[in-house]
Amino acid sequence: MIAAYLEIRDGKIKKSSLEALSEAKRRAAELGTETAAVLAGAAVSGLAPAAFSQGAAKVYVIENKALADYSSQSYAIALAGFAAAAKPAALFFAATAMGKDLAPRVAARLGAALATDCTKVAVKDGALEFTRPIYAGKAFLTLRLKSTPQLATLRPNVFPLGQAVGGAGETIKVEAASSEGAAQGRVVEVIKEESAELDVTEADVVVSGGRGLKGADAFPLLRDLAAVFPRAAVGASRSAVDSGWIGHQHQVGQTGKTVSPELYMAIGISGAIQHLAGMSSSKFIVAVNKDPEAPIFKVADYGIVGDLFEVVPRLTDELKKTLAE
Amino acid sequence: MNILVFVKRVPDTESRIRIQHETRTIVEDGLNFIISPYDEYAVEEALRLKEAKGGAVRVVSAGRDETAAVLRKCLAMGADEVLLVKDDVPETYDGLRTARILARTVERKLAGADLLLFGKQSVGADNSQVPAMVAELLGLPQATVVTKLEVEGTSATAWREIEGGLEKVALPLPAVISAQKGLNEPRYETLKGIMAAKKKPVPVVTLEELGFAAGDLVPAVEATGLDVPAARQAGRILKGDAAETARELVRLLRDEAKVI
Repeated sequence: MIAAYLEIRDGKIKKSSLEALSEAKRRAAELGTETAAVLAGAAVSGLAPAAFSQGAAKVYVIENKALADYSSQSYAIALAGFAAAAKPAALFFAATAMGKDLAPRVAARLGAALATDCTKVAVKDGALEFTRPIYAGKAFLTLRLKSTPQLATLRPNVFPLGQAVGGAGETIKVEAASSEGAAQGRVVEVIKEESAELDVTEADVVVSGGRGLKGADAFPLLRDLAAVFPRAAVGASRSAVDSGWIGHQHQVGQTGKTVSPELYMAIGISGAIQHLAGMSSSKFIVAVNKDPEAPIFKVADYGIVGDLFEVVPRLTDELKKTLAE
Repeated sequence: MNILVFVKRVPDTESRIRIQHETRTIVEDGLNFIISPYDEYAVEEALRLKEAKGGAVRVVSAGRDETAAVLRKCLAMGADEVLLVKDDVPETYDGLRTARILARTVERKLAGADLLLFGKQSVGADNSQVPAMVAELLGLPQATVVTKLEVEGTSATAWREIEGGLEKVALPLPAVISAQKGLNEPRYETLKGIMAAKKKPVPVVTLEELGFAAGDLVPAVEATGLDVPAARQAGRILKGDAAETARELVRLLRDEAKVI
């Protein structure tokens, strides 16, 4: 069995978790084994149909009032309980803030190794092989896990969602071991950014600004450009972040986030090696820079040599017109 | 407060990474090594807490002899003591192996800490595993990827970064915290600090002294491939009037790339 843990935010299963479930299904089919999903929380069984429609044959439900608020300790106990009951060969998580907090805790509890932030899972000679970026994408490591279950977190936005299918399967309740006293380190509040912006790692289009913007005042130009697309986010280079023009959660590159959107637009970014590491796996790259020698043009599919303050507003207008057609 | 900080020696982020294909390792010749940047935020936070509340900051790293240089930097920043756990095995990419070594080090050599601080990930292996694994092995609560930390008496409040916002986590001490950029602005070492650090000892503990037998720490991660990504081809460059180049770019994105 290959299982996927489904993370719940705002009462819904995260898209990146469904991507992990879709990948679990593809690899399970290749290995001739079944696919399962795991839900954990205070009241989560109502979400089982969403897991069935994404291809899970079984949905394991761990319901316990102690799981109402997220705590890595109590959730790790719950998932270790699932692993003991179902004995999956592999368990996938989405490499989200929660997945990266929880999966290593589960791994340590089960004494099993973990592959973080995988961008590819393959079956070779009957075994799973995981490929993941290291050095923020300057190199890619392919590895096998010699312990059971094989644990992996899968990078959001990389693995395609499977076709939704009708049908239902088996729902299996798992008793969570009592987590009384173990639920220390608990989330007491979730504070959303006022703008409720999409995270750069989750966006289909990332519009990033660098030193060429010359100040925080220019970022609205980028926000306007990003707003043209349905699922876009604003990113930034390290120098823009270190200059205090935008928060570090927007930083793309080594010591920031690694992104692989459909379209990455580098505006006024020269393309230092740390930045290139974080965005070179984007499907298409566009660069706007006044320096024709900027290294960013070496990785860009399309580049405009010009003054971003003139180019970007016109680009925004042209995109609006085209997307409205 | 009795604070432990865990750091790792990694190649400078400006490094170009080259691969030794036969051994599936990176080529270390010519690389400049530094303390992993996120670990520096952890050291800084520990020093600030000590300055505010008193106590001691001890910094631990597992690695080869060269790792002593990274620990000396921590001494120069203001750490009271350091400990090098000598581990000559090259990078295994197995976070659980490292976590077992560090958790055992805490139990055998550094018991009684109020706070265990890590960087959120090492820059290199990029595993983001060791802090949460050490927390689980020691039975401690955790908050990872923390951008703000408040400690009051025997409890802490941590704000951790999540997609599109923050989570506020309440923790009893002792607890494990992993630092994200934004937590603070690390200080530079002073010349005086650097000179003093040169005179301080860097004690070493071996894996045998921690009670590990040969065969206890066999990595469960087997590297089967290591590659650099295929270089991207430089694409089409547009020059000239801003309005015209913008129009042409949008046409290319629609008709050629078909991305819009």
